[in-house]
Parts: sequence; C-alpha cells; structure tokens
Amino acid sequence: MKNLIEINNTYNDDKVIDACSLFGAMDRSGRRFSGEGVIKAIANMHDRGNGLGGGFAAYGLYPEHADNYALHVMYLSIKNKLETEEFLRDRFNVVWQEEVPSRRTAAIKNPPLVWRYFVDAPQSLPENQSADDYVVEQVMEINTGDNDSFVFSSGKNMAVFKGVGYPEEIAEYFKLEQYKAYIWTAHGRFPTNTAAWWGGAHPFSILDWTVVHNGEISSYGINRRYLEQFGYKCTMQTDTEVIAYAVDLLMRKHNLPIEIAARVLAAPFWDEIERMPKKEQNLMRTIRQTYGSLLLNGPFAVVIAHNGEMIGLTDRIRLRPLTVGEKGDMLYLSSEESAIRLISPDLDNAWSPMGGEPVIGKLKPGAELQSESREAAALH
Amino acid sequence: MTTMSEKIMKINTAGVYYRDLNARLRDAIADGATKIELRNVHGQRYIGTDLDKPVEIEISGTPGNDLGAFMNGPRIIVHGSAQDGCGNTMNEGEIIVHGRAGDTVGLSARGGKIYIRDDVGYRAGIHMKEYKGKKPVIVIGGTAQDFLGEYMAGGTIILLGMNLKKGQGHLSRYVGTGMHGGVIYVRGSIPKHHLGREVGVAKPNEKDKAVIKEHVTVFSRLFGFSADDILKGNFIKLYPRWLRPYGRLYAY
Repeated sequence: MKNLIEINNTYNDDKVIDACSLFGAMDRSGRRFSGEGVIKAIANMHDRGNGLGGGFAAYGLYPEHADNYALHVMYLSIKNKLETEEFLRDRFNVVWQEEVPSRRTAAIKNPPLVWRYFVDAPQSLPENQSADDYVVEQVMEINTGDNDSFVFSSGKNMAVFKGVGYPEEIAEYFKLEQYKAYIWTAHGRFPTNTAAWWGGAHPFSILDWTVVHNGEISSYGINRRYLEQFGYKCTMQTDTEVIAYAVDLLMRKHNLPIEIAARVLAAPFWDEIERMPKKEQNLMRTIRQTYGSLLLNGPFAVVIAHNGEMIGLTDRIRLRPLTVGEKGDMLYLSSEESAIRLISPDLDNAWSPMGGEPVIGKLKPGAELQSESREAAALH
Repeated sequence: MTTMSEKIMKINTAGVYYRDLNARLRDAIADGATKIELRNVHGQRYIGTDLDKPVEIEISGTPGNDLGAFMNGPRIIVHGSAQDGCGNTMNEGEIIVHGRAGDTVGLSARGGKIYIRDDVGYRAGIHMKEYKGKKPVIVIGGTAQDFLGEYMAGGTIILLGMNLKKGQGHLSRYVGTGMHGGVIYVRGSIPKHHLGREVGVAKPNEKDKAVIKEHVTVFSRLFGFSADDILKGNFIKLYPRWLRPYGRLYAY
C-alpha cells in the first residue's frame, strides 16, 4: 500500500496535471439504465488515459435508501476502518453498512477497502447549520484526519466508484454493469505530475456534487485558499478537487443557478463584458468582482453532475474538447464524438458548445425517478 | 486477375485497434489497393497517416483524432463527422467530410484540400503554411468557432456560413489572431471586434473571385449544392496586415 505522505510533486503544491477522457450520459426522463453503455463508451477512449485512474459517478442508484446520505469510504487498512466507523457511529445514525461489492480481477492491484454507509444526520443541529453542511463538515474531518480514510462520495441516492486502473477495469472491479442510474459520468485519467492513487482518481465529489475533468487548473492555489475560508479542505492532491467544492459553494450554499455559476468558473473576458447591454454588464462585473477567486484559469473541460442535473463546460477559449449528443431524452457529453456514436449511432444532434457556455441537462418537469429497485436490492 | 485500377478492399473496423488498422492500410496500399472502404469506424486515430499513394479511402462511422495526419496523396471521404486534428500537417491529398469536424482542422497543413460540409470547431487552419506551389485549402460549409486561421502562415480558408440564419454573423471570435500569411474568404459577415488585430479586411478582387469560384465549385459538386447560389453571397477577404507581426516583440 502506498504511503500517502510521500506522494508529492516537485512543486510541492499537491497538484496534478492531466489530459483525460470524459463521458456523461443522462436520461432526462429519469429512466434508469445500466452502466454497460457508458463503460463501453469510456473504454473507446482508452488511449486518452494511461491506466493510472478511472472512475464513475452514478445518480438514482439507491432508491431503497434515497433519503439517506450514502457515504462511500476508502480505507487503506482494517485499523483505519475500525476507527472511522467508530467516528461515523458517533456522528451519524448509520442505517445500513456494507462492503462495496467487487470482483477479483487481474488488472486491479492492491485495491483498498471500500465500504458504503447509509446514514442520517442527527436531528438536532445548530440553527445555522443544515444537514448538508453537517455532512460536509464530517467529510472534511475524515479526509483530513491522521488515519488514512477518504470519502469518495457523500450524497443521497448516488455514488462515486473510482481507483487506479483504466476506467473499464474499475467498472469491472466494482461490477458497475449491475447498477442502474439515470445519470452516469465517467473518467479515464492521464496524470503526469504525481504518482497516481485511488483518492486522486476522478470523479471528485462532495455531497452529491461530482466533477470529472480534463485539463489543468492553474488557478488551483487561489481557488483553494478561497474555498478554505468556507471550510473546504483540499486533501486529494489533484487540482480538480477545487471544482467540486466550488460548485457546492456556488450552487448549494449560495444558491446560484448553473447559468450564473458557469460565469464564475469561466467568466467572460472584460472586453466582451464591455460590449454587453448595461444590465448584463453590471451583473457580469458583480460576478467577477465577488467571485474573482473562483475563476478557473487554465485549460479545462468538465462534466459536473448532481441529483437531477448534468452539466458540461469548457474553459473560455476551449483548450480541451467537449462534444454533445442528443437522442430523444438522452443527453451525452464526451471528449470525442466517436464514443457517443458507438453507443448511440443515430443521434438527433451532435455539436460542440462554445468555450465557457454550459450545456445543461435537467430532468424533465414531471420526470419521476423509479422507486422500486430489484437490481440494487439484489446487491445487498 | 484484378487490375490496379479496380482493386477494392473492404474492412470492417469494429473492435480493430488503430495501430492494427493503420498497419492494414499500409499493407493494402503496398499490395496495390486503389480503393479502401472502412465500415464501423469508431474513433480509430491517424487513419490515412503516412500513406503516399492516390488511393481513395471511404469511411463510414466516426474516425478518430488526427485523421489523415501527415498524409501525402490519398483522398479520404467521411460519411459522418471528423474529430479533432483532421488533416494535421497533411502534405497532399483530400479530406471530404459529409458532416462536421472538431477542433484544429488542418492544423499546420502544408498542402492538400479539406472540405467540411457543416461546422468546424476551434482553431481551424491554425498555423497552416504554404511554399511555392504547395497551398493547402480548407472549405467550410457552415460556420467556425473561435480562432479561425490562428497564426496562419499560408494557404486558403473559405468559410461559407450556409447554415447561418438571415442576418446572423459568423460565430468565430479572434479570427486570424497572429495571422501572417495566407488568406481567408468569408461569405456573410463577421463583427469587426471578432477579428484579430493582425487582420485586414478587403473586398475580393478578380483574382480572389476566381479562387473562390474554383473551390466553391468543387465543394458544391462534392456535397450537391448549387455553386451559383453560394457565389451570389457577399464575400469578404481577410488578409494579414504584416508578414512579421511580432518581429519587434522580442527585439529592441
């Protein structure tokens, strides 16, 4: 097992540069579908990664525990697990816990322990603290504690599965073909700046917010220091982590719609702002002045997701690719069009959004998520 | 016995790794194939790279990045979309895409012709160049995203804007940023602030019109459009104002 303390890059800033593969698929009617297609699609972009990180996020996964926070926790030793479970019992009402099912495969070497816990936050919380805030606080405490436990995901009715390997190998390891979800996002990693480790694979997440990212956030230091003022602690040694916390802050805590949050992360250039109508100009100036420290500098394409929504976004001058495909209620986001067409050859539509313009997939009004789930129940 | 002129080869590329596919293309051409049909293409990269015979390669599906990179002679026809880096540094030949193309179409191309029926992504024609008789040409039926002709050093880009609505300008911003050679002809309008500061604007002269007509005629024949209708549109010419825009940047 890797000693995490010894992992670092030569710049000593806990940052990794990568150029990866992204994929996302959403059924906007809320219908849940198996991970098989998404696994096939991300595997088609195998050569964009180098086998040092693969991962998936899936939404609508645990309808039988839809109201519990689903904590997915990675442990590097049994001792870590016992300590962290004691912590969880102390801070939460643990409704159900189990090891995340996995199968032995030749490709995955030295996997850590990964367990999931369906928990409730305590009833009596301080007046100014929501249950979500409470969960974020506990996740940060686990991630920064001196025992090697890391929370992969902490949202309701969703999960992150990730590790060191190609994404299709991670999918096989975690048996993802057996799950059904209405949003899947996937990532194949090409880290070039530090050693790979399981926590450094994408997606990065907090609560139900997840991010998969291709690119390099050169504003990481500024973003990180800004987020630390709000209690977010960067522990995963990868630049992408700041995006997950930034969307949680902007969209959950500060209640901004994605259209505005996208302008924070990929703000219009000042000369463009000067040509906007007065009202829009004032809004953009206010956004840039208020959230200047959350501007993401450097090349990026990201797929961001949370319950009910999947979003694609690139940097303002699109230094990383993103293609969108639509077929009926299905929305696809991908680094390459070929991966979409491999699983959906007759698209109604395929295009690439302009840099900085978000592509937003929302559940249709009236979309009802299936409540029964024999497939997921069978995993217990 | 089949003669050279009719030697057709068909390959179902489903599940074939790009290195194996490109090796098979090299072998086929060494073997005298004059036409190759690739079916079920799903992202294999570098198709046509390195090939130097006037062979025709017909693709159904979605070829991967760097289609026709460093190619020297073949004619590639894609029934579908091309991804990023289509025609990267190609030297001679043709790429015809019955669909859209991703970013950096024709980057650093030094010869040959690329025809895209629909839109292209960012940085089409970036650092295209020309030398004596070798002049690469890109014809785009739709519109282009930002940085069209960035650092362009030679060759010709023709942007037709056929899918734009009436009165709608082209999308591309920062057009011709760093341009120091070659020419871009645009049918339709581009707001002035979308142009790079190295770019001059002029009306096409008779010589320009002849060049536009030549390439639009080929484009129309390939995709079944009326050249006359296209040529009726308003064209502007974008040219580099200086041959060495940054000549004084690092010198004093």
